[in-house]
Amino acid sequence: MGAAEERIYDSNDVEITSKDNDQTDQYLTFIMASEEYGVDILSVQEIRGWESVTPIPNSPPHVKGVINLRGTIVPIVDLRQRFGLKNVEYGPLTVVIVLKVATAKGSRIMGIVVDAVSDVYSLSAEEMKSAPDLGDHVNTLYIKGLVNVNNKMVILLDINELLGSDSIPEVSISAIKELKDAR
Amino acid sequence: MSIDLSQFHQVFFEESFEGLQVMESSLLDLDCENVDSETINSIFRAAHSIKGSSSTFGFTEVAEFTHVLETLLDQVREGSRQLLPDHVDLLLQSVDCLHSMLTALQAKEAVDTEQSKVLIQAFNDILEGREPTSSTDASAAGAADVATSQMAPTLEAESAEEVTWNIKFVPDGNLLRTGNEPLRMFRELAELGELDVKANLSKLPDIPVLNPEECHLSWEMYLTTVKPKSDIEEIFEWVVDESDITILATAGLFGELPSQSSVVDLDAGALPGGVPAEQAVEQPESEKLPKKDIKAPTQKAAAQKDSGKSSESTSIRVSIEKIDSLVNLVGELVITQSMLGQLGNEFDMDKLQKLQEGLAQLEHNTRELQESVMRIRMLPISFTFSRFPRMVRDLSKQLGKKIDLKLLGESTELDKTVMEKIGDPLVHLVRNALDHGLELPEERRAAGKSETGTITLNAFHQGGNIIIEIIDDGKGLNSERILAKARANGVIGESEILTDEQIQELIFQPGFSTAEKVTDVSGRGVGMDVVRRNILELNGSIEVRSVAGKGSTFTIRLPLTLAILDGQLINIGNQTYIIPLVSIVESLQPNMELVNHVAGGCDVFRLRDEYIPIIKLCEVFGVDPISDNLSESLLVVVEVGNSKVALVVDDLLGQQQVVIKSMESNYKKVDGISGATILGDGTVSLILDITDLIHMAGVRQQSKNGLKLVSSKIRAA
Repeated sequence: MGAAEERIYDSNDVEITSKDNDQTDQYLTFIMASEEYGVDILSVQEIRGWESVTPIPNSPPHVKGVINLRGTIVPIVDLRQRFGLKNVEYGPLTVVIVLKVATAKGSRIMGIVVDAVSDVYSLSAEEMKSAPDLGDHVNTLYIKGLVNVNNKMVILLDINELLGSDSIPEVSISAIKELKDAR
Repeated sequence: MSIDLSQFHQVFFEESFEGLQVMESSLLDLDCENVDSETINSIFRAAHSIKGSSSTFGFTEVAEFTHVLETLLDQVREGSRQLLPDHVDLLLQSVDCLHSMLTALQAKEAVDTEQSKVLIQAFNDILEGREPTSSTDASAAGAADVATSQMAPTLEAESAEEVTWNIKFVPDGNLLRTGNEPLRMFRELAELGELDVKANLSKLPDIPVLNPEECHLSWEMYLTTVKPKSDIEEIFEWVVDESDITILATAGLFGELPSQSSVVDLDAGALPGGVPAEQAVEQPESEKLPKKDIKAPTQKAAAQKDSGKSSESTSIRVSIEKIDSLVNLVGELVITQSMLGQLGNEFDMDKLQKLQEGLAQLEHNTRELQESVMRIRMLPISFTFSRFPRMVRDLSKQLGKKIDLKLLGESTELDKTVMEKIGDPLVHLVRNALDHGLELPEERRAAGKSETGTITLNAFHQGGNIIIEIIDDGKGLNSERILAKARANGVIGESEILTDEQIQELIFQPGFSTAEKVTDVSGRGVGMDVVRRNILELNGSIEVRSVAGKGSTFTIRLPLTLAILDGQLINIGNQTYIIPLVSIVESLQPNMELVNHVAGGCDVFRLRDEYIPIIKLCEVFGVDPISDNLSESLLVVVEVGNSKVALVVDDLLGQQQVVIKSMESNYKKVDGISGATILGDGTVSLILDITDLIHMAGVRQQSKNGLKLVSSKIRAA
């Protein structure tokens, strides 16, 4: 699976450079609880199947544990749990997206567990709408923007905000719900 | 012809620093009463090669400074000047000065010539037989032996006096083949002053048999110059080995000076730490060097990344033997690989035996390769120890104490990164031993000891560890005062009774670290908590043993390397963890009669005559245990420093060497975990941080209002 995805990544990489003038970015989207989310494709390292992890003692529940990624110890975060969504059982189709996250101290590699990978879109900055103000109780910092693709809302995530900080705070699902309602 | 010399800078700095180290240690060895010519020679050679290479690279400040230093050394070497203790002091200061100059140059900063100017002045004063000016340091003033100074020839001083030198230059026939052109030398000589050259044609063969590549000529020259003799010698620097050169002053005054000895001794093989770069470049045919002295500089690619620490050396000098063995091993590995490859081509079950043999060989190769690669990073601990003779010399003078420093086990090898980090704690401990441990001569006499105190630094291997001991025969720790201070600080309760060992442990407490408290107590606590923290960061430990009136011994235990550790695999629930083998004292099945439950939730286990707190790892880590019943579990007794705890585990698995991977790089520090590793099946296993665990358990027990165990409390702080 990983190899196939990497090919997509490569061919798109070329496209990005050619379309650079139009200020379009490419996003890899994935499905979680029938919502479509997107992450900047340049931060995607690889896509893997679910494999058993080594749990980290006393870590928050959404941190599933660490895996061995060709000699590097990579923590895996369950995005469903992170967003407070209902847990689903992991199966052979469960997908782990390995991301390169920029942090204050440099960069680190982390994996996120999602339901399924969906598509790759080229999106221009103009198409992107900023997330509406949802009041104080909802943290929208990690939402880069909302975009309409084929009449469907895609939530673009800022993974650096989402995974970059040390604390990895819990995010409420209400943010996503309210986003949907606000539309 | 221009060569970019900057590519050799790194080597130059390394060699120069090495040379400075040689100078310093030799200077400390010098006995002014009875000067050993070999020692003087080695100091001179080190200075000379620093001078030579620094001028080659255009570091004129260094070259000029070394020049005056060398002049003095040369006179001592020739016996024309008696070495005085003040000279040694001055030379030592120059070594310091050179060190700071070179450090500045290495960091590409401007060189501060203030200090060197003062020192040059002091040297010139000595050389010219003047009383040192008061602007120089106090030690250089004082007892300058006027009589010797005046008797000493001043011909090398940069005085304006003209001297006519008679130079006889009889080169070896191969002179021209080594790329040395006499004409060029004469031109350089002519620049120094008035030169008169006569060629001796007597050995010139007839034209038919003449080999134009051979040099048959010899020359006699008269040079009248104000420049010192060393300038003339410098011109002949490259040819002294294969030529017969005599340089004699003809101006009657110094005519009968011994001349042969003035030829610069440039025996390359005897130079410390190998050949200076330019010599290696220009004299490729010079005699084969002893194998051991050749050191190949290897660049640590990773270290170059952190450019922030430019002054820290980013390369490591490795003996060619280590490289050779590595190359051999890789060769063997390739052979094994091709053998296995062949086996795999047409494999049938008949070849199973062969396959297993091949795999066994592969395993053997891999292990040896791993060991060899690790050995590359190993350096003898003398790199760290070498700074102490100087420090002890200076401090003992300052404090008015008589101290004998003994260094043992200097060739014990240690990983470079560990070595870099242990330097400061060691300095701290030695300084403490000097300052607070050892008594003044009078006090020692009064206590019935010899006036001279002894500090011993001892390094040796023990299992997978290196042990460094700092032993002094001073007054030892004052337990009563430490205890009183600890009570006053509230580190321990009024009614608590501690053993001597526990009291001595207290000096590692942060509460004892501030200066004024320390002088109150015993003085042994200055920053000891920092020392211990640094050592713990290296996965090491430190202990102190002290007997009042007899002295103290600090024992540092360090892993040989930070990259690999010997681990004991254990099971807790369905999880596999790794305990560093170093910290394990013993593993046993608990006899329930010896387990006591203390009100408040803490279990203790009686092991012989000790009560050891029990830590349930499954509780600490939130893992479901296989069995809740302690009698069905195993206890692993671990120790850090002097405090022991028993860890409850479900099962003991094998032992193996594990490569330590950081958790912090992609996640964060996890309490109780020092890192992770990858097991044979590719899964990740976490390595327990014993110090952390003891700390956590201590906090836990206190919060449960359980037994206040002194040991865990000490750890917790």
